[in-house]
Amino acid sequence: MATFFGEVVVAPSRAGLDEEEEEREETPEDREIRRELEKKRCGRGGGGVDVLWSGLGPEPFVCSRFVVAIGRNAAAFLSSFILDSVCWEVVGVVKLWNEWCRTSSATNVLPTDSFCLFYRLISDPTVLLCQCSCYVAEDQQFQWLEKVFGSMQKEGLQVTILSTCPVADYKTQESTLTLASPFLKALKTKEFQEQVCCPLLEQPNIVRDLPAA
Amino acid sequence: MFVPCDRGRGSAASDFKGFTLLVPAVSVGNVGQLAIDLVISTLDMTKVGYFYTDCLVPMVGNNPYATAEENSTELSINAEVYSLPSKKLVVLQIRSPFIKNKYRPFCEALLSWVKGSRCARVVVLSSSHAYQRDDEQLLGTPLRYLLTPDLEKAVGGLMQELNWKEMEKVAAYPGISDTDKVLHIPGGGITKLLFTESCSKGIQMAVLLKFCSEGDNIPDAFVLVNYLNEWLQLVKSEVSASNNSTDCSSQWKIPSSWRLLFGNGLPPALF
Repeated sequence: MATFFGEVVVAPSRAGLDEEEEEREETPEDREIRRELEKKRCGRGGGGVDVLWSGLGPEPFVCSRFVVAIGRNAAAFLSSFILDSVCWEVVGVVKLWNEWCRTSSATNVLPTDSFCLFYRLISDPTVLLCQCSCYVAEDQQFQWLEKVFGSMQKEGLQVTILSTCPVADYKTQESTLTLASPFLKALKTKEFQEQVCCPLLEQPNIVRDLPAA
Repeated sequence: MFVPCDRGRGSAASDFKGFTLLVPAVSVGNVGQLAIDLVISTLDMTKVGYFYTDCLVPMVGNNPYATAEENSTELSINAEVYSLPSKKLVVLQIRSPFIKNKYRPFCEALLSWVKGSRCARVVVLSSSHAYQRDDEQLLGTPLRYLLTPDLEKAVGGLMQELNWKEMEKVAAYPGISDTDKVLHIPGGGITKLLFTESCSKGIQMAVLLKFCSEGDNIPDAFVLVNYLNEWLQLVKSEVSASNNSTDCSSQWKIPSSWRLLFGNGLPPALF
């Protein structure tokens, strides 16, 4: 594509294409940076995502309900309305690193930290909660999913995912300016037979990233 | 990688012996994917399974081909397979971009699934950057095709009859005249990789692509799907009496998910 000043630049594509890798020219510094980044991400193997459980017995452990809150808003919702130190105990943590955030294995976290913690209801140990306020990069989402769900028995498991999206991203015939917000929408699998507490998400709206995974 | 929908049917659902498989490339303007949407929506194809893969960005939504309240609540994800046994047609739809460094493993897994499910041939719908055309390509039709040697033997003659144009090879080093000519599909995503791998694996594959730019690519999708239809005759093409050309735009059904492609309604306060 020729620009106003006559030089030719590659047009960005909505299809999210990468340049063909053979054609990419890397300086030795770029290569070194890329190698370091890869080492940090994958240092512990498995895409750099580690799940550490404690006190849950042998895997796969029994789980009847699993509530996952993804993003700071959803995590804050759980902190404000559900979690407390009397009824819930920490049973797991996810350690991951990517260019946007890093989590640690500390369990006394501040709301402004990036963390991913798992809690269990003391009165019914098959009920688990997850607060994931860190950003899980695209190439780590699958590993997160496999490692977390890989540790639990899936028979009779009911999963609820809580997440938020900006109202401006919501596609609707009217303008989002006039919409009463915040509002709830849901997606459910056909196996979920219970009543849903809000309308279902209409096309053409979609959900991406970790909640989608 | 392929997970059939109806687990009871088991292997019957994943045996596509003799079928034609349509695959979109995630390419400039998403034209291949839009064209596939038109095929699935018009032929009312049934979902038979999906790909469980870590190569594509995850996404989920409700049924993009919903026609009524009743069928609008089925979940849909980033890589799903639809089939129409009456036309021996199976279609893969891809709805999100590739994760960095994952397009090669995806191609390998896809081609190995193609072999395993015994598809007779694969047609890749794709596109390429219009601004990269050379002087000759600027004239005439913006549509091109490619055939692997195995498919060339089967249908090469038909392409001549249809008067289709084969994708030209370009010089490996532009400007230097006596270099080798190579296949170059800028903006085509995994198209070239799929094609070259299929050539070496003896898979019967055709690539149908259109030169286009990013923008409103709905017309491009119609042009590409009509091009496909000239060959596969998926829907009846009507000859328009007024200008004596085949105009199939009215034959294709736009899916409900194509609403609001360019944003929401405007706030009245703007005026």
